[in-house]
Amino acid sequence: MNEKREQNILDAATLTADEALIPQADWMERSGVLQKLRKNKKFPTIWCSGCGIGVVMGALIRAIDHLGLKSDDVALVAGIGCTARMPVYLDFNTLHTTHGRALAFATGLKIARPDMKVIAIMGDGDALAIGGNHFIHAARRNIGITALVVNNATYGMTGGQYSPTTPVGRRATTAPYGNVEPPFPVCDLAIAAGASYVARSTVYHALELDKFLAEAIAKDGFSLVEAVSYCHTTYGRLNKLGTAADMMRALKDNSIAKNAYDKLSDEQKASNSKIVRGNFVNKDRSEYTGIYQNLIANVRGD
Amino acid sequence: MAVKLMQGNEAIAIGAVAAGCRFYAGYPITPSTEVAEVLSRELPRVGGKFIQMEDEIASMAAIIGARVGGLKSMTATSGPGFSLMQENLGYACLAEIPCVVVDVQRLGPSTGQPTAASQGDIMQARWGTHGDHPIIALSPTSVRQAFDLTVKAFDFSEKYRTPVLLMTDEIIGHMREPVELPDFATITTFQQSVTEAPAAYKAFRNTPEGVPPMAPFGVGYRYHITGLLHDEVGFPTQRLDEIDPWLERVNTKLDQYSEDIVMVEEDYQPGARLALLSYGCSARTARHALKAARAQGKKVSMLTLQTIWPFPEKQVEALGEQVDKIIVPEMNLGQLALEVERMVGRKKVRRVTRANGEMATPQMVLAALEE
Repeated sequence: MNEKREQNILDAATLTADEALIPQADWMERSGVLQKLRKNKKFPTIWCSGCGIGVVMGALIRAIDHLGLKSDDVALVAGIGCTARMPVYLDFNTLHTTHGRALAFATGLKIARPDMKVIAIMGDGDALAIGGNHFIHAARRNIGITALVVNNATYGMTGGQYSPTTPVGRRATTAPYGNVEPPFPVCDLAIAAGASYVARSTVYHALELDKFLAEAIAKDGFSLVEAVSYCHTTYGRLNKLGTAADMMRALKDNSIAKNAYDKLSDEQKASNSKIVRGNFVNKDRSEYTGIYQNLIANVRGD
Repeated sequence: MAVKLMQGNEAIAIGAVAAGCRFYAGYPITPSTEVAEVLSRELPRVGGKFIQMEDEIASMAAIIGARVGGLKSMTATSGPGFSLMQENLGYACLAEIPCVVVDVQRLGPSTGQPTAASQGDIMQARWGTHGDHPIIALSPTSVRQAFDLTVKAFDFSEKYRTPVLLMTDEIIGHMREPVELPDFATITTFQQSVTEAPAAYKAFRNTPEGVPPMAPFGVGYRYHITGLLHDEVGFPTQRLDEIDPWLERVNTKLDQYSEDIVMVEEDYQPGARLALLSYGCSARTARHALKAARAQGKKVSMLTLQTIWPFPEKQVEALGEQVDKIIVPEMNLGQLALEVERMVGRKKVRRVTRANGEMATPQMVLAALEE
């Protein structure tokens, strides 16, 4: 790989060359990533041009490819919303469920097939409003599911209502005078509930998403990756945030890597309004289905 | 097997294990909790799995997820929990995921009276989830029948790829009776088998038989399951040429199998102009009254429904042609009587209703016979 290309990629990712899962120039042809897209019928996607969700989909399939997982061994479970449409485009075992319930369906599936990699794909409203209870309980159980939450701070599919991650003061179709509710810090919620792996990046920093998703999927216990995205069609328009490119650029300008954040003084941290990107938790806790398998063995005297 | 004193809820749990259930997800609720308690003990003994979920919505979701993963699955609940399950129950109807849902009915609406019996969820069983959909609901009249119908529920759910509801009640659920269970080795339920190669497999194929076989996840059939209207391979679609054949198949798939699905008990007397029609715990009251009436020399027939949905239209219609009056005792304000009226006309139907947690007495039924 030529050094200039590598440097360009690293600039976008804020990772060192060792940290990044830098794809080869011919990665698409070589890795078979494209083979993971469903070829029958479904394209183009339902997403608006310029949407960040496609970047997350790319990161997900690169992460699965990087781990060398067999497609038969991967299940994608999703709820309802723009983000939750992702599985239909991908050639895995895909289960598109009801609004908010992806993690509850995924829990049953993971218990039935502990050997499979089960990834629950949700938006912020799906995972944290209607599905908030399932989110904290899946993390508490430490069941081996990867929760991928694409956080665009709005309900895009229904036209831009405020969500549990909409910042205070921002406008939404149901907050015409500005949102008055404080948002959930998604990663903090998962950490408090007991998740084994928690990381956050943005759709601008696609290579970070690759890396975090690969680590999260490889993790035994409950893992969360928050992919901060944007919705230029509803939220961006209502809040005069410009085009998709403007909002993408804002993710670059308004985020800070955890390494840099950690070096800030307490005062600077207290006044920080930037999105902190990084891996916040990576610990080993016994995973739920493994514990239950031991319980079965003990009960049966195996 | 030896005769054993057994509770209805226990018989349901044991019946589930005998039928091959290997996953249970549930949330504690009176008067169904014993089903969960017994299965939390029994399932690990046979390599099965039990989980207590955070609510009934999650329980219903988890049993669907587990069945997609290949395990026969069940949940049990009562009125408030049954209400919470309705959305995902509709998902299982639409996505054609086999599963068994037990509703040990208690007096409602709302929290109602948790320890009092009821048959108030009969219409919710049919129409509780939104949109037109097929459903099978069975209702036992005894502890032994609770066992048998649980086995049947698993059989039907697999054979017809649909959720099956076991609509029992606090009385059958908590009653203890001596039962002799069949040898479990003799119990068989329908097994899904997919013979097509993955490339040719269509999980929702519109076949004349109406029920395409279901492949579990993770064995080579990578397909899409959704709660959206979908085409034969499972992809969401808005094309009428794809939606219409699918709607037609799903909404009529049970019709051609009604001989198998509709189970009734006909205790008819030649020449009788009066009949009793009942189900669940109320059938026990009706049977008591039937004996008393016959002892007085009256000619009375009785039809006991084990299958509530699809409604045994043919049998009820035929009964209506034989008799002048059908008395329908039930522990609600006349929910199933509506269906009987639909089949035989209002003039022939006399409701005996009680919806205060107490069973109708045989005397109330006898009085209705006298009228």
